[in-house]
Amino acid sequence: MNRRDFNNKFSLSTIGSFLGIHFISGHLLSAKQLPVHLQDPDPYKMFGKDKNMVLLNDRPWNMEARAHLLNDAITPNKYMFIRNNGKIPQNIDIKNWSLTLDGESVKTKKTYSLNELKSRFEHHTYQLTLECGGNGRSEFDPPAKGNQWSVGAVSCAEWTGIRLKDVLKDVGLEDSAVYIGYHAADTHLSGDPTKEPISRGVPIAKAMQDETLLAFKMNGKDIPLAHGYPLRLVCGGWPASASGKWINRISVRNKVHDGAKMGGSSYRVPCETVAPGAKVSDENMCIIQSMPIKSLITYPKTGAILPLGKSLSIKGHAWAGELEVAKMEYSINFGSTWASCSLKNPPNRLAWQHFDAKIRFPKKGYYEVWARATDSHGIGQPMVLPGWNPKGYLNNACHRIAVKVV
Amino acid sequence: MSEVFRKQVKRLMGMLTIFMFLIILFLGGLIYFQNHPEKLYLNAPEEELVEISEQIDDKIENGIHVRTGFVADEGMDLVIQNCTSCHSSKLVTQNRMSKEGWEATILWMQETQNLWDLGANQDVITAYLAKNYGPVAKGRRQNLKDIDWYPLK
Repeated sequence: MNRRDFNNKFSLSTIGSFLGIHFISGHLLSAKQLPVHLQDPDPYKMFGKDKNMVLLNDRPWNMEARAHLLNDAITPNKYMFIRNNGKIPQNIDIKNWSLTLDGESVKTKKTYSLNELKSRFEHHTYQLTLECGGNGRSEFDPPAKGNQWSVGAVSCAEWTGIRLKDVLKDVGLEDSAVYIGYHAADTHLSGDPTKEPISRGVPIAKAMQDETLLAFKMNGKDIPLAHGYPLRLVCGGWPASASGKWINRISVRNKVHDGAKMGGSSYRVPCETVAPGAKVSDENMCIIQSMPIKSLITYPKTGAILPLGKSLSIKGHAWAGELEVAKMEYSINFGSTWASCSLKNPPNRLAWQHFDAKIRFPKKGYYEVWARATDSHGIGQPMVLPGWNPKGYLNNACHRIAVKVV
Repeated sequence: MSEVFRKQVKRLMGMLTIFMFLIILFLGGLIYFQNHPEKLYLNAPEEELVEISEQIDDKIENGIHVRTGFVADEGMDLVIQNCTSCHSSKLVTQNRMSKEGWEATILWMQETQNLWDLGANQDVITAYLAKNYGPVAKGRRQNLKDIDWYPLK
């Protein structure tokens, strides 16, 4: 018998269970106790991800793309970032999966089976941009706590489902409704069954948008397990944490939802801007709503070497949270001059927009191609880091790639 | 009479021989299992695998604990014990914080994430973290690093 087995067999929890006491520490939990499908040492195979994706964390699972992997117009699963707060639910019983609508502000509590949701409400398909609130966190100074995302925690997949507003109308809301909060089947890292890893939500106005979906398909197929199978709330343009995965309950609240990761410094930034490293009290933190204007050069991969005289085609996407991208520019001289890119309209609201440009370099040398998007309100991306915040959210600084002309 | 006596002696001798043989077998067995304790269990192949993984568990290469990726330094064992039960070591090693920052993080985990009281170990843990995973100044924007140059076709 090895030490770990001994620990498992004679841990406090076990002794506790003999005595009828529940120890919630679970600090002797080991990888051995994970079910086989989550024990697979190869997360790329397990989640169907490309080998070039970057694994940030394996408990909980967090993985991001690199800029050049995101070149597709519609992000395929293999290049879609994974952001988990808790443990992925196991043994999903699709036949008995249901969604309960409850909370202070529903007329009556109602439960729908998954089949009922699919058959009773009209289906809609949208391309929706989902970006982690902490995308770009790794650049903040002083460093911000959490998974150190670089640029790849963003995707724009095609989501199919029913409108949340259709379900909310079917349930009937009281006038007091101000917010919805989701609850889901994922479990807390500590093993404590009474704790939710994350339970966030959006104001009623966002919940009632046409594009806010209860989705059951991603890119035309069942949603992959890591992305919320069998039911995911999708609130495009907002921090992706608002798009709850594996959801089984939505509470309609008469106040701002107070679930896990709605308070403190989680997905909140100082209401008034602060100096880097400042301490901010809870009451001075405000919930992030729409994500800011941002763009990514997805072609070529950084590090391209090309001969003088050959032009360079660049491609990428830009997105603007709730808004549209109005203008896309690039610079090869660190912002001294900007030239415009051609920019496509979005196929639907909240989808990222594609841009491209053809660049001619005047002479040999080291260059950086910087990309800058401007939204429909005239707000552009900063070239340096935007305002510091304790958890390092909302870094929408211009993306750039290195190029050598020889 | 003497015939009976001789028979009894013979039987006694036989029993003693068997007894001695059993003792030798028992001692031999003890020595064998002393050297091969895993053979005591029926699931021997699994135990062998575990033994290997236990060795890997403690392996340190170039100052890095191989299994977890932690910098090998005073306090690492406490960090492994207390900080990797719920989440991966990767969540620790990718972060950079001052002692104060690590303390605030521990407090947050105690208040919201079921982390237990670290007692006297807390100082050792935060000292280890601040020393090996302390903040590095980055400024408002860093140079592009680790560029993998390639000819564009």
